Amino acid sequence: MKLVTLQRRMARAVMTPLTRTERMRPRTAAGGSMRAEAATFIKPNDRLTSFERLEIYNRQYWFRLLSSMIEDFAGLQAVLGSERFEQLCYAYLTDCPSRSFTLRNLGSQLTTWLKKHPRWLGAQPVLALDMCRLEWAHIEAFDGPEAPALAPEDLAEPGRPDFRLHLQPHLQLLSLQYPVDDLALAINDSAGDNSAAASNAVGERRKQRRVQAVARMKPRPIFLAVYRLENSVYYRRLQREEYALLAAVRRGLPLERCLVSAFRGSAMPAEDRPAAIEEWFHNLSLLGLFCRQPEDPDLRP
Amino acid sequence: MPANRFNGFTDYGVGIGLRVPHYQHILSRKPVVDWFEIISENYMIDGGRPLQVLDQILDQYRVVQHGVSMYFGSAEKLNREHLRRLKALVKRTKTPWLSDHLCWGSVDGRYTHDLLPMPYTFEAARITAAKIRQVQDCVEVPVAVENVSSYAEFHLSEMTEWEFLNEVAEGADCGILLDVNNIYVSSRNHSFDPYDYVNSVPAERVAQIHIAGHSKYQKYILDTHDHPVIDPVWKLYERALQRVGPTATLLEWDDNIPSFDEVHGEALKATRFLAAAATAALAQAI
Ligand SMILES: [Fe+2]
Repeated sequence: MKLVTLQRRMARAVMTPLTRTERMRPRTAAGGSMRAEAATFIKPNDRLTSFERLEIYNRQYWFRLLSSMIEDFAGLQAVLGSERFEQLCYAYLTDCPSRSFTLRNLGSQLTTWLKKHPRWLGAQPVLALDMCRLEWAHIEAFDGPEAPALAPEDLAEPGRPDFRLHLQPHLQLLSLQYPVDDLALAINDSAGDNSAAASNAVGERRKQRRVQAVARMKPRPIFLAVYRLENSVYYRRLQREEYALLAAVRRGLPLERCLVSAFRGSAMPAEDRPAAIEEWFHNLSLLGLFCRQPEDPDLRP
Repeated sequence: MPANRFNGFTDYGVGIGLRVPHYQHILSRKPVVDWFEIISENYMIDGGRPLQVLDQILDQYRVVQHGVSMYFGSAEKLNREHLRRLKALVKRTKTPWLSDHLCWGSVDGRYTHDLLPMPYTFEAARITAAKIRQVQDCVEVPVAVENVSSYAEFHLSEMTEWEFLNEVAEGADCGILLDVNNIYVSSRNHSFDPYDYVNSVPAERVAQIHIAGHSKYQKYILDTHDHPVIDPVWKLYERALQRVGPTATLLEWDDNIPSFDEVHGEALKATRFLAAAATAALAQAI
């Protein structure tokens, strides 16, 4: 058996989802005996069978990946409940195994995958998807690239018709239906309380109450910027027009067209708009969210 | 070996792994630590707090890079993106050498994120050595390969693990990061004498040593890095030092991480053994 063949066979076995009791499955994905499969390449010893030795790696693989998913998507786990979330992770990671050298990217396909497999989104699909998008945006904002910020005076450039702005690559723009920003912070808080004193069950109940409270709300549009400032991640609610403006900037449109885009269908009175624009630009440039055109292709979002 | 071409002719003493729970303590109290080992992949990112902390550490301490996912032993080609980021990090840290494991972990572009054991075959040794050479050529610092703990053996194997390590290190002309805890764990799991292993390692290639704790189960031992070092591992370490001389030593503690002082205190127990090895080396020289 060549090295690559052995590695393919072992990886296939190791990546097979565990049983409900967290053991290795008796059957391979192709329906054969896992015992027989293990015995073809792994030696038994005086204490463990080939199956049991392979199982150590099978369990280790899933424990490591599941704990990474729980760490990255604690909010989604709270929305769906631990058991459903775990089953979702098995299904997702079977369809989309890691293709990166780092676990940081493990959830990179989750939003897209969930849109294609909505049955995993549970009783509150919109809320669950919003939470998933927020949590991935948080990861991107946490360690995404940062380009040199534009100074406020750079924005005073005379209004050339093709003048374009650029947004920090780590800035993520989200259009949501539920206040998952508040919910995520509340869930993190209860996780903190939980480790300090109360039991797991108490923390779990508190999380569930918070999720239920948000789930009962009527969906309404919420626009959010997720970004990094001095190495901390922040969530900032945006006005609808401000969000539309930034989304247009991100699409690479000239500033003039971004402004048209911002107020398309807007109910904001015309006389209020200049002051609003000024305030947005002032705040966003104070936060360093406009930057020079990233020259490094890696800095382009 | 102290100061050899596999550790960039440095003479480092006892170090510990740089871990998130200790960031605050290290940056505010600035404890005296000979050197820190970082997990390369944690800093192969584009920006944010981890890099800021790393830069602050680099201002004050010596840092050596240790990787967990280059997978020299995977049959597939090296990941170009991984290499590119590793090289960039090497420039940032100025690590005198770097290490990763003698294992595989990915196939057809899919990653297990685990350190999977090698079949000890000549084909595997050839593939692994060639990849270590490629990494070495790319990053332009010496590369040391680390023996892993394992829980399985393959029918395919044509030699012992230590023969395989020799074969690879020779073929790649690379250094060795000798993990004495891993030797101990594997020796118990596969019923061999750990001293046979330590006695066969090409001493002149050892760039660095790892010590760590592990967890004992009924039928096997798991390399968990969540306990102090046990006596038989200290004994094995002592024997390794007799062979290789006083060598840069690092304590790994990755789970249930206690306070900085506790981890550092455990690591500093190595000092006694290093001093004895230095005295012995001196006596021999005279
Ligand atoms: Fe190690």
